[in-house]
Amino acid sequence: MLMALFNDPAVMIIAVGALVGIAATFVGTFLVLRGTSMLADAIGHSIVFGIVVVWLVAHQQSGPLQIIGAALTGILTVFLTELLVSSRRVKQDAAIGLVFPLLFSIGVLLLNLYAGNVHIDTHTVLLGEIGFVWLDTVDVGGYPVPQSLLSMAAMALINALFVGVFFKELKLATFDAALAKALGFAPGLLFYTLLLLTSATAVAAFDAVGAVLFVAFVIVIPSTAYLLTDRLALMLAIGVAVSLASSVIGYALAVMLDVSIGGMMAVVTGGFLLAAFLAGPRYGIVAQAASRRRQRRLNESRTLAVHLYNHEDEPNQGEENVARALREHLLWSGEHARNAIVRGLDQGHIVRDGELLRLTPQGREIAREILEPARR
Amino acid sequence: MSVHALLTDYTVQNVILGALMLGLVSGMLGSFAVLRKQSLLGDALSHAALPGICLGFLAAGARELGAIMLGALLAGALAALLVLLLTRYSRLKTDAALGIVLSTFFALGVVLLTHIQGTNNASQGGLDAFLFGQAAATLRGDLVIMAGVTLLSLILVTGLWKEFKLVCFDPGFARALGMPVLALEVTLTVMIALAVVVGLQIVGVVLMAAMVIAPAVAARQWCRRLETMVPLAALFGIVSGISGALVSTLGRGLATGPLIVISVSLLVVVSLLFAPRRGMLWELIQRSRQRRRLRHQQLLTTLYRLAERHGDHDFQSEQGLLDSYHRTRTRAALARLEKRGWVESRQQPPQNTTHWALTGTGRDEAARILASLNTGSD
Repeated sequence: MLMALFNDPAVMIIAVGALVGIAATFVGTFLVLRGTSMLADAIGHSIVFGIVVVWLVAHQQSGPLQIIGAALTGILTVFLTELLVSSRRVKQDAAIGLVFPLLFSIGVLLLNLYAGNVHIDTHTVLLGEIGFVWLDTVDVGGYPVPQSLLSMAAMALINALFVGVFFKELKLATFDAALAKALGFAPGLLFYTLLLLTSATAVAAFDAVGAVLFVAFVIVIPSTAYLLTDRLALMLAIGVAVSLASSVIGYALAVMLDVSIGGMMAVVTGGFLLAAFLAGPRYGIVAQAASRRRQRRLNESRTLAVHLYNHEDEPNQGEENVARALREHLLWSGEHARNAIVRGLDQGHIVRDGELLRLTPQGREIAREILEPARR
Repeated sequence: MSVHALLTDYTVQNVILGALMLGLVSGMLGSFAVLRKQSLLGDALSHAALPGICLGFLAAGARELGAIMLGALLAGALAALLVLLLTRYSRLKTDAALGIVLSTFFALGVVLLTHIQGTNNASQGGLDAFLFGQAAATLRGDLVIMAGVTLLSLILVTGLWKEFKLVCFDPGFARALGMPVLALEVTLTVMIALAVVVGLQIVGVVLMAAMVIAPAVAARQWCRRLETMVPLAALFGIVSGISGALVSTLGRGLATGPLIVISVSLLVVVSLLFAPRRGMLWELIQRSRQRRRLRHQQLLTTLYRLAERHGDHDFQSEQGLLDSYHRTRTRAALARLEKRGWVESRQQPPQNTTHWALTGTGRDEAARILASLNTGSD
């Protein structure tokens, strides 16, 4: 049974894709919340340099040495960026854009020069080879486990442990770095550890999805979750769910259309983000438009109630509290006024008395709520 | 290959012309992006151009740079619009919006790229070159289109110079003057996409960000006026573009993009270190000069006060005393002061250490320093 799973390329590919997403979610969530998403982009690019250098020096193309060695390049990127910023000659965004293209360029150039010796070509650098992860397997307890699956599972586990153990500290450092520092939680160290894990995850995911597509997993998935919830723990959980769904749907679509699997998975994460952006329960465009409309209608019914209340039982009541007056005195258009009256009638705030509009006790209550707020 | 043969070579000519236009456009337009703190928009727009390239290819049915550039421009504009929408209508911050648009557009491009490869179109070989750039593959016809875009951006920048300048440095004031600030900002953003489009063939989409940012950052170190920064950035862009592209045509199988990025990065490092006034080396020299001047002033005033305390103009202070008073070695500084004729060294025969006394001009100088300290002006 288990053997069949490990021998099924589709299952292995989907599992690797999902694990890339899950591992990336745990670190990406905090990067997105801290407003440092583009560091993930920079790290994703510059680890290429580290991977090539580690390969040329130690001839290691996978395993812990490669992950740690190349991950240090990610830290180097962040360090160089901060060095440039602290010289006060370059702004943060420009500094990021200066450092990673250089490291990336050197990496690609080394690849060009030693193309014959290195297992990766410039194509793999960008796109990864998730479709072939099941070819490169190691033997674990008699099962042929893909190398990528193993390293991604390890990274996902490490990241999950890190977030689990330091959940409180990460939460505090993310939302109130000053307080975290004052309480002695070393937010700087925590952040650098987070970046180191991000780099390591990028290296582990490199064979599967390449440098650029990794960015989709580490930024897009947490951003999607961020649009859907206000709770940090829930954000992580949604991220895991989106990772799983993107992997499955992306694989299915890619096979159907015969296109890049990793690319399709990343496109699907974008699809989820778009869906959350448009139809999110609270921050989505549709939900916000609906809430604005609700608010506008509430304002209208309040305005109507107050207007009627002000002129109730006054001598000019017959002239003020009629549909026509709403157009002239409240400057509402005919349709606008008609809709407001119909809603008022429907909700039982007003009743018609010939031409005259009269407040019901319920409608009077609404007007009083506005006019005499202190009474309550 | 001799220099003459190199310069008359058809490919090399194309490469030089292309790199020239690329450097000109990206340096010029990048200046505005960097000054407006939109450096990473260049990164996002260049990655986002990939699906546009593929769609342009699919629409034209062959590798036609015109269609491909149009596609890239449209994709870039759409990406910029999406970044704006995401930051404006959701709670995502700009950096997240940039990352999202960059990666999903690029992923879409990858999907389209593999789709094109799947259709086994014989002319698709050229598309991969747009990832890292292949200057040697530039055709004469491509240059004409690139020249058109270059001309367009030159006209835009010179025609709207005053407006762009104001929008970069004081958008609030520009708005108060009744300038169409939003339209100008949109134009500046679209112009980043234009720069990306020119660079497609030579640098490729992945590294175009550096060509937008680096020449402008390098130029910024050398000058303080936009009027000099923009031409200088263009010049830096041209120099690095041509040198990187030339190297790539010499070596076999070298992608052009990385070479250009490395040469432009070198320019940035040189500028950061050696540019007059803003350069780090300049700052080091300035700082040590100031430290020296301060030390001189301290020594002169110390000698002056000691002499005053002892009621003896010619009072001689012992070297060790001055060292311990200033908690550092002062001999070198005193020797420099002696060279200027402000102090003189004396020997007092029973002791074998040096003693120092102010000369007449040294006394005047010390008095001047103390007086300026007291009035609080220099």
